[in-house]
Amino acid sequence: MRRRNQRLMIIGVAGAVLALAAALTFAGLRDSVVYFVAPSELATKAQPGQRVRLGGLVVEGTVRREGTITTFAVTDGAVEVLVRTHDELPDLFREGQGVVCEGQYVPGQAFEADRVLAKHDENYMPREVAEALKQRGEWKGGATP
Amino acid sequence: MIAEIGAFAAALALALSLGQGALGVFYPQSETRAAAAAAFAQATALCSALAFALLITLFLQSDFSVAVVASHSHIDKPLLYKIAGAWANHEGSMLLWCLVSASFGAIFASVRGRQSLGLWARTIGVQGFVTAGALIYTLFLSNPFARLDPAPWIGSGLNPLLQDPAVAVHPPLLYVGYVGMSVPFSLALAALLEGKADQAWARALRPWTLVAWTSLTLGIGLGSYWAYYELGWGGWWFWDPVENASFMPWLVAAALVHSAIVTERRGSLASWTILLAIMGFGLALLGTFLVRSGVLTSVHAFAVDPQRGIAVLVMLSVALGVGFGLYAWRASKLGQPSGFAAVSRESMLVWNNFGLAVAAGVVLIGTIYPLLVDAFGGGLISVGPPFFNATVSPLLALLFVLLPLGPMLTWRKGDLRAALKKLAPAAILAVLTLIIALVATQWRAVPAIGLMLGVWLIAGGLIYIWTRLQRGAGKFSAKLALLPLAVWSMSLAHIGAGVLTLGAVAETGFRTERAVALAPGEGVAFAGRRITLLEVGSIEGPNYTATRANFRVDQSSGAAQPLSAERRYFTTSPMPTTEVGILSSIDGDLYVALGEQVRETQGAWTVRLYHNPLVHLIFIGVILMTLGGGLSLVALARKRKAAP
Repeated sequence: MRRRNQRLMIIGVAGAVLALAAALTFAGLRDSVVYFVAPSELATKAQPGQRVRLGGLVVEGTVRREGTITTFAVTDGAVEVLVRTHDELPDLFREGQGVVCEGQYVPGQAFEADRVLAKHDENYMPREVAEALKQRGEWKGGATP
Repeated sequence: MIAEIGAFAAALALALSLGQGALGVFYPQSETRAAAAAAFAQATALCSALAFALLITLFLQSDFSVAVVASHSHIDKPLLYKIAGAWANHEGSMLLWCLVSASFGAIFASVRGRQSLGLWARTIGVQGFVTAGALIYTLFLSNPFARLDPAPWIGSGLNPLLQDPAVAVHPPLLYVGYVGMSVPFSLALAALLEGKADQAWARALRPWTLVAWTSLTLGIGLGSYWAYYELGWGGWWFWDPVENASFMPWLVAAALVHSAIVTERRGSLASWTILLAIMGFGLALLGTFLVRSGVLTSVHAFAVDPQRGIAVLVMLSVALGVGFGLYAWRASKLGQPSGFAAVSRESMLVWNNFGLAVAAGVVLIGTIYPLLVDAFGGGLISVGPPFFNATVSPLLALLFVLLPLGPMLTWRKGDLRAALKKLAPAAILAVLTLIIALVATQWRAVPAIGLMLGVWLIAGGLIYIWTRLQRGAGKFSAKLALLPLAVWSMSLAHIGAGVLTLGAVAETGFRTERAVALAPGEGVAFAGRRITLLEVGSIEGPNYTATRANFRVDQSSGAAQPLSAERRYFTTSPMPTTEVGILSSIDGDLYVALGEQVRETQGAWTVRLYHNPLVHLIFIGVILMTLGGGLSLVALARKRKAAP
């Protein structure tokens, strides 16, 4: 009898921990998932103040540096969005190349990015960017990454 | 010619490994055939080693008629990076995977110890098939010896960001860790085929699990340090899919290290240990898939090929399918577990396993969730650090609360009250830390709880060593010298986890950063120091030129120290790389990155300053854990020698 109680207690505690983990997981997934949007979808898909990842190509000739702030435009071939960031630009940041910016969308203002993502490899295009370019028929690469 | 011999050696290794697999798995009862399987295993390893040595030779000769050499090497490259170039690319790293798998098979085959014939032979056999699978993939989908026609005059060079001494050791260590999980997998399948997983089996399993866990610990730690000093890689830990890919097998390997102890000492948990071994290797393969397929957007991603991803996925399905299939079919045949009380060493290890496995599961869900959402048409999403911080940290916190109790309890039935009494000083110290941290941070609960747990783990580990020294009579120094290695190894690993926790919590919770524009001669006050830009000049490296900024850092103690940061421009690549300057002191690191020249005000440069408090504790913790794993291996080897 004692043994059985013990086993029930262990199963109970394990179940409680599992339930806690599951609850944390689902709550976490609901709150901290960041959606990816292309510049042309920003106004329609993103809620004001929502954290999103904006992906596209850096428009040639739009990169401006003022002190520690950098601004540049990102395009998916249809719409250009102005991005402002205090973040250090990654070493692979180039005009005309793919970039992913994470930050908050505020309607009517420049996209405030607190993170501009770098890649290890200059030939690598973030999948989201390739996806956005393909949707717009701007894809010029060979095989799908 | 060398490339062709290399390809031939790899093909020969494939044929030999298939022979090794067939002999070991299908004829495990014959002493001569098992010996033949062992000989095949050694021959497989020799051929793989020859193939890999020839690949390194091709890199040393800068033979640009070979595709991987042309795309990853350059005549100007320093020697170290020519050699490391052999595995700093996809094709070469897969050949390394094969070499490690074949070598582990050969080492296992050479040291039979007291294992039963069937178990030994079958493990060699399964390991042979694992090596064969990797070789098939390497030869047919990513052949490192493929020629390029016409051959270019000069190579395109290793990605400059990878030109770092860490590239020489970080990938091989991770591969030893990933592939190291293949031996426990082979042992698990052999045990299922034999229908027996006894204490001798667990004894054979433990060293391999430790090898895998220790290499993963050091490999991940080194990668973490590399990502920390390389700007733009997200810092020491970023919950990036590629980082998670190595963290999941690490968690499962950690669980396996502990459950194998229970199976060896008490004969219980055998079927759980087998399940962990299968899942550990499955997660190691999944890691390879995630890194190589490019299905997830990662900071650490390289150019990728979806076909290869599918091939790795097929290997993963075969390994898991065979593994779980055998498990479902045969697990019930395994021996009966011996009982233990709810408060005992065993039960604590069960909780450890439960916590680590659930944590691995949560990381897995967070990592593949974007894939699932995309597959069901939910759009492209990413799951970032907030998710993992909110889910994994509480689970690990629960685990850490229980951790110091485990070693204090005896096997079968432990005395909780006595254990708690001994741990009282650690608990008091931990609560004091909590109160001080709460007051000092103005009631920021999360970092305060984190610091408390770190102190609890360290103090708990020290108290355990202390209680072991209380046992028996004799001089203190004599007892200290006689303390078993196993006590040291376990305590070091647990204290290391505590030290790492302190560093991680302090860095995450109390990091400060600032971006300024400085002209030579100008200075700025930051984190209790004064940082002055002295001058900016240009210097010549072996295959790059660099802009270097020299700083003077005036510490609050009055001491002045030099510090420099660079931007490097490689001859072979259009992009500059940033070499940060790091000045370590007791309270943490001052981390300085040189940015661009500011256009409007001539002569001024963008400089980014970071203060990372106690960040070195993260890496000291990793070193302590690695030492713990290494000492544990030595202890096992000694025990084996003592009782042949």
